[in-house]
Amino acid sequence: MKFIEARKLIHEYIRRDEEGNVESILTALDEVDLDVKQGEFVAILGHNGSGKSTLAKHLNVLLRPGGGTLWVDGKDAEDADNLWAIRQNAGMVFQNPDNQIIASVVEEDVAFGPENIGVPTDEIWKRVEKSLKSVGMIQYREHSPNKLSGGQKQRVAIAGVMAMEPKCIILDEPTAMLDPNGRREVLEAVEQLNKEKDVTIILITHYMEEVIYADRVYVMDNGKVVMQGTPRGIFSQVDTLKDYRLDVPQITLLAYELRKEGLQIPEGILTRQELVEAICRLY
Amino acid sequence: MSIILDKVNYVYSEKTAYQIQALKDISLKIEDGEFIGVIGHTGSGKSTLIQHFNGLMRATSGGIYYQGQDIYDQDFSFHKLRGKVGLVFQYPEHQLFETTIFADVCFGPKNQGFRKKEAELKAFTALRSVGLPEDYWYRSPFELSGGQKRRVAIAGVLAMEPEVLILDEPTAGLDPKGRDEILDQVAKLHQERQLTVILVSHSMEDVAKYVERLIVMNQGSVLFDGTPQEVFSHYQELESVGLAAPQVTYLMHDLRKHGIQVKGNATTLEEAKHSILQAFAEKGKPIC
Repeated sequence: MKFIEARKLIHEYIRRDEEGNVESILTALDEVDLDVKQGEFVAILGHNGSGKSTLAKHLNVLLRPGGGTLWVDGKDAEDADNLWAIRQNAGMVFQNPDNQIIASVVEEDVAFGPENIGVPTDEIWKRVEKSLKSVGMIQYREHSPNKLSGGQKQRVAIAGVMAMEPKCIILDEPTAMLDPNGRREVLEAVEQLNKEKDVTIILITHYMEEVIYADRVYVMDNGKVVMQGTPRGIFSQVDTLKDYRLDVPQITLLAYELRKEGLQIPEGILTRQELVEAICRLY
Repeated sequence: MSIILDKVNYVYSEKTAYQIQALKDISLKIEDGEFIGVIGHTGSGKSTLIQHFNGLMRATSGGIYYQGQDIYDQDFSFHKLRGKVGLVFQYPEHQLFETTIFADVCFGPKNQGFRKKEAELKAFTALRSVGLPEDYWYRSPFELSGGQKRRVAIAGVLAMEPEVLILDEPTAGLDPKGRDEILDQVAKLHQERQLTVILVSHSMEDVAKYVERLIVMNQGSVLFDGTPQEVFSHYQELESVGLAAPQVTYLMHDLRKHGIQVKGNATTLEEAKHSILQAFAEKGKPIC
């Protein structure tokens, strides 16, 4: 089943001077087509300013389409009546965990969302427990969020979204401010939600290593989708990615370099395991 | 004998219930012209440590000596020290405020007491050295991309002509190309001007590629201090404190486990490539 369907989606940022005359128009989304199935793990790559975040903000209608059509969870995003229904089913997690936590106790923070949409109290507590468990933070339920590490805070933010029981979570560079451990914690939590709870995941990131486990990858440049495919398919095109100011995981790059030197290593190596096997076969 | 830290301790909220010792007996010597990386998980004391270098934070006990002078001496000028030790914070673009990029970069030297003309000359040199095209200079800093803004912020510190440049996670949130551009630029400054550079980073691949010496912080103490090769050979200990080695270092270990005789502890892609090709050559096996 399709969860997101965007056709020729356009968004323009229009700047006006003091008299209201148009000074400049920046096309942040330029006829973007996007299809995401329920339960899929989709990653979006692109350099700074390529339109990734603008696209993400459309998916839970923080921004409205300036042209084209967008359907989320079978609802038209252009119809103002659908706004709240879409937002409940497509939760968003941002880059900086400190900007997303509002309460002084972890469980209260997680309860904020469901309370806001009028979930009965008993049900709220059930949801809080369930979502904190699903991100591995249940033992911190009575702690103050201030004392948590970045990765822990980000997982609390994800739990807060989970407590709304959305069908989809959109993560906009959730690991940019975290240390390696924090990054791993957050990604493991995300992968688990995807596999075990069938939550649709849309992950925006600058870390190429994080998209290896995605089902599909979209690459954006200048507001357009310029590449899409499996991680293996995308990362075998090292030179094209570099043109889009992107990179490939270090292991993939090493495999690519070794191939250039004449070693017969297959294209699109993604993990250490694969490269070790490929080298062993040749040795 | 650039900077010496002698048994530096720092305690947050001393004598309260929230007391936390962020630095414990840190003794370090940072020589002129070194390129140093500082790694450690969140809360390990990295940021607290670097803020001691230019006197933004005052050690609870212990001494700090800049070019042999005690910075806590009454006659010592913190104002001058901050011109010599430039600190680029995390997300420095949040601190841009002037109407044009050029004016923003002039702010530092003006504040140091230089005349307008001199300040402008310094700003000119600084903007040149971060590689920002000239047609951008008189635009608003807020029109720039993330990577460009960050370069303007770094230029703002360079305009004060520091002897030591400290960067706290200068590449967080940048795309891969932006990351390479900033770090290449910093490496170039280090080479051309013998600038001492201290780079705080969460990217093991980046520090392995650029720095000559790596300091690992854990719970307020220095856990390791050595070349990237030395430090990353302790990858198991690094993992136990929430860090890791670069992917290629693990690859070398895996290959050896499978009986492939790769030499050395590669920490960068180039080194790994070299070791693997050499292993094939030594076995006398043609590679194509």
